[in-house]
Amino acid sequence: MPKDSGIGASSKRREDVRFLTGAGHYTDDIDLRGQAYVHFLRSDVAHGTLKNVDTSAAEGMPGVVRVFTGADFAEVGGLPCGWQITDREGNPMQEPAHPVLAQGKVRHVGDPIAAVVAETREQARDAAEAIEVDIDDLPAVVDMKAALKDGAPKVHDELTSNLCYDWGFVEENREAVDAAIKSAAHVTRLELRNNRLVANPMEPRVAVGDYSRSTGESTLYTTSQNPHVIRLLMGAFVLGIPEHKLRVVAPDVGGGFGSKIFHYAEEAFCTFAAKALNRPVKWTSSRSEAFITDAHGRDHVTTIELALDKDNNFVALRTETHANMGAYLSTFAPSVPTWLHGTLMAGNYKTPLIYVNVKAVFTNTVPVDAYRGAGRPEATFQLERVIDKAARELGVDPVELRRQNFITEFPYPTPVAVEYDTGDYNATLDKLLEIADLAGFEARLAESKKNGKLRGLGVNCYIEACGIAPSHLVGQLGARAGLYESATVRVNATGGLVVMTGSHSHGQGHETSFAQVVADMIGIDENMVEIVHGDTANTPMGMGTYGSRSLAVGGSAMVRATEKIIAKARKIAAHLMEASEADIELKNGQFSVAGTDKSVAWGDVTLAAYVPHNYPLEDIEPGLEETAFYDPANFTYPAGAYACEVELDPDTGKVTIEGFAAADDFGNVVNPMIVEGQVHGGLAQGIGQALLENCAYDEDGQLLSASYMDYAMPRADDVPFYRVDHSCQTPCTHNPLGVKGCGEAGAIGSPPAVVNAVIDALQRAGRDVTHIDMPLSPSRVWDAMNKG
Amino acid sequence: MPQVKMTVNGKPASGEVEGRTLLVEFLRENLGLTGTHVGCDTSQCGACVVHVDGKAVKSCTMFAAEAEGSEVLTIEGVAAPDGTMDAVQQAFQDHHGLQCGFCTPGMVMSARALLADNPTPSEAEIRDYLEGNICRCTGYHNIVKAIMAASGQDVSTIAAQ
Amino acid sequence: MYAFDIERPTTLAEAVKHMAASEENQALGGGQTLIPTLKQRLASPEKLISLTGIDEIRGICEDDAGRVCIGAATTHAEVVAGAGAYPALAALAGNIGDPAVRNRGTIGGSLANNDPSACYPAAALGSGATIVTDKREIAADDYFEGMFATALDEGEIITEVKFPVPQKAAYMKFEQPASRFALVGVFVAKYADGVRVAVTGASEEGVFRWSEAEAALAADFSAGALDELSLSGDNMISDLHGSGDYRAHLVGVMTKRAVTAAG
Repeated sequence: MPKDSGIGASSKRREDVRFLTGAGHYTDDIDLRGQAYVHFLRSDVAHGTLKNVDTSAAEGMPGVVRVFTGADFAEVGGLPCGWQITDREGNPMQEPAHPVLAQGKVRHVGDPIAAVVAETREQARDAAEAIEVDIDDLPAVVDMKAALKDGAPKVHDELTSNLCYDWGFVEENREAVDAAIKSAAHVTRLELRNNRLVANPMEPRVAVGDYSRSTGESTLYTTSQNPHVIRLLMGAFVLGIPEHKLRVVAPDVGGGFGSKIFHYAEEAFCTFAAKALNRPVKWTSSRSEAFITDAHGRDHVTTIELALDKDNNFVALRTETHANMGAYLSTFAPSVPTWLHGTLMAGNYKTPLIYVNVKAVFTNTVPVDAYRGAGRPEATFQLERVIDKAARELGVDPVELRRQNFITEFPYPTPVAVEYDTGDYNATLDKLLEIADLAGFEARLAESKKNGKLRGLGVNCYIEACGIAPSHLVGQLGARAGLYESATVRVNATGGLVVMTGSHSHGQGHETSFAQVVADMIGIDENMVEIVHGDTANTPMGMGTYGSRSLAVGGSAMVRATEKIIAKARKIAAHLMEASEADIELKNGQFSVAGTDKSVAWGDVTLAAYVPHNYPLEDIEPGLEETAFYDPANFTYPAGAYACEVELDPDTGKVTIEGFAAADDFGNVVNPMIVEGQVHGGLAQGIGQALLENCAYDEDGQLLSASYMDYAMPRADDVPFYRVDHSCQTPCTHNPLGVKGCGEAGAIGSPPAVVNAVIDALQRAGRDVTHIDMPLSPSRVWDAMNKG
Repeated sequence: MPQVKMTVNGKPASGEVEGRTLLVEFLRENLGLTGTHVGCDTSQCGACVVHVDGKAVKSCTMFAAEAEGSEVLTIEGVAAPDGTMDAVQQAFQDHHGLQCGFCTPGMVMSARALLADNPTPSEAEIRDYLEGNICRCTGYHNIVKAIMAASGQDVSTIAAQ
Repeated sequence: MYAFDIERPTTLAEAVKHMAASEENQALGGGQTLIPTLKQRLASPEKLISLTGIDEIRGICEDDAGRVCIGAATTHAEVVAGAGAYPALAALAGNIGDPAVRNRGTIGGSLANNDPSACYPAAALGSGATIVTDKREIAADDYFEGMFATALDEGEIITEVKFPVPQKAAYMKFEQPASRFALVGVFVAKYADGVRVAVTGASEEGVFRWSEAEAALAADFSAGALDELSLSGDNMISDLHGSGDYRAHLVGVMTKRAVTAAG
């Protein structure tokens, strides 16, 4: 029976009522008294030398408060990068400066040159048009391989080249991998591109800076997934504001998908300008501006080789990837193609030898950083595509080839530095085959043929590393931050709880699922628990929400803090009942003495904690409030198997998704309804990447897909009802909830299923097509069918 | 600046606007009705959908001056005065038809317009009708399901085979 | 947007007067294309003259010649509901944009703008419609002058569009995946005196008639009659969403499908 409350229940989301009635409180809904508006004048060329920025005409325009240029930020720090990669030679990556406003050069379309603060938005924009900018255009580098050629224009003159780093992993395995591939019975090779994407949360970014002369405190309201990280980065590295004088608030945030992790120039600008002008300064991004300022995602070009022995066992894997960094290093950019990608190249398979080479490249494009899945979709896509290709070359069933090579014993240390704690890949694959109705495929294929259409089926597996991340490990790997999470549980005198967490919720439903966990532990009604997040002023230092970490890491911190609360409450209960603490039991919100009918209610104990008239003051302090920081021992490893069925119109190349099934192992599940919703959303983004979404630049560095007129967002009629299942559960062995994380799986596992299905459809129809780069738009499919 | 007058959520509303003031700006900034959102500038995302004289329109693609004398309904006017959500709102909560909530007001307003025209739409009709409402979170599954449920259809077997 | 004023005349005469007052004044239909353009500051009118409050240019009727006559300020949604006498036209209107756009966008606005990927130009040209303005009547064959270019003079206002109703007709649109405008749209109409085939979305020159297809279909109104025909991709739009050759190919596919759908 499904539970109706607590852990395992599909509790309805409490946050929904405000969102459904127009009472949500997003950053753009914040207007502060006396606020001015900023408009950024942005570069319309991809690369150029800034010779002069003449603001004199703009300064005299109506309503203008002040015009800022790079000169105003000469003494201010640049935007920091939070991860340093060490290259194959042991040297640190090349790390260029990233100014708040351009200094001397512009390096991508959208690079901010000047900022006009005015009384109204339109006045700021009017004045920005009056700024005279003298730019000497420079040739742009857009293609990564061209950017690495001798004599290529340099994005950053002070660097030796456009190569950020050349990373090898595991470098010690390189020769052994080469040798194994050379002597293998069969090698399958595939060149592919993981297409550049734009995250496109529906809420564009907003920043409102404020400064209080009375307290000397700066406040930034911002659309962020991690307000404490922004406070740390902006305070310590950019503006030099100590954290006790800087408050960052991220209220309701309308989706993030990674793009709202990073610290952006506009946040620093609004905070800086509010203090300089002594009045609030607000910036609201338009969608068009978002396309040229929000960090993009993916953009890897890869060659992958899979070597098999004569019995079709995987013996070695080698990849070479060019990863686009864009013009500057965004906050976590260097970690995405390396530690979030190379460490997952084993996938679900016991390939003994793996070598991953990644060349990160600067180009005159918008910075590229984490987008839902971040590195893991790129790893999964290559691996699951090359396995599919290998199966076709070898004439074996792609499902069985996978199954034959599955890891089946746990814990399993991979040759790429991580250890899978638990999993059962056969179980999720078996479940998938059941829910995808593969048995009925032939009949559906016949029906499609009758209608002049092609039909195909694609299956793949995936694994990801979530619950980011053990601080001691990521520290060794170059992270410049810890990746623990925190929670403070404050119990009020009358028994209600407030849980203050560093995790941020921007669609994930934490206010509901976190409350389920805490209420379940105590045995009280979920509505007695309130979740507070998003404001550095009233939550403990936390690292925020990304990498499917909130429940695995933040939830674990909450569990630890609640355990401390319960331990103290037991002492109080023992005192109240004059019993031994060892005999106290907590069930359904009642403390009782084992073997007796003596009991006190949760509320009696909490009241005693705050009205300590009858209280063991000699042993414990009054009050009931505890904080825990949780640093995970390992990543978690959600895994699963996905199947996609497509129909293809051979006359137009148009692919339609006829069915999509996903069988996931997320370990234990707190709220099945929310988990399924997370998978649904991830699937649509993965299908979007596979069929629709294409962030493209021309050779001059102009963004071709710069609005929804050209960047195809998945819409309701692009996707089907999905069949999802999470009944295969191998609980995580190292966190207290046994949870693994579900936020990114859908986006990681789905693109190869779609592409495998299209290739399957084409090959069943006798077409000699082995790969098409995403997105598989009608024109690309048609071109592939009609090549030569 | 010219004065504009209209009825918003059953109450008279007026204010000074420029020619270029969009209806959504009037609602959000003059009236403080911030439930209506702006998610794009090319009239595609639908986060700004409201009803004007009973018809769904994109309030980011209509000037406030053009709504002179009109009856405007925004998301704030959908629930009963005591806060009880209407059938569409309730179905969205019951079936998890929203995540971050940003597209949600537009989705609800579009769904209500659809059901007014077509009281029991099929899955395909709902998906087609939502062409102008983009959601990045839900993958649409639960939105479509919620709208079917709000129209009284049995959704218990959806995606189960 | 740059600053401008809005006038909301209730009679055509007033609107004409406003338009004549300054060359910087611009007509505003439903605004579904113009407003996004203004947001990008790609236009800076002094005044926008809203036409949607003029009842005399709104609505649908049939004239004595049996033509379906649609007032320029009639929305797409109103055409869907009211142009039952010309089902292919109503169906075309029902697939422009999305429901909210169809509640605002107007036929006059669409034809005045003449977006190379819009649907209405294909219907007007494919039907041999007459575009009526405050000054004159213009045959569709003389009206469309290339991408975003029309025979309209400065300040001239479309008031009505008259569509002769064909024996058979259908419109087939292959959507560009992002904008959902026509990557290629083909309107086929069979009249007693011949067949018209109008293509939108494909050509650098905007909507055009595919005369070879018209001739072939006049002789034999069947998809098979088009088997031997093809178009060159040379003057077709080539962009992120498809090459000129792809578009040229799609014109053939969509024309056949339109013929089949027309029955």
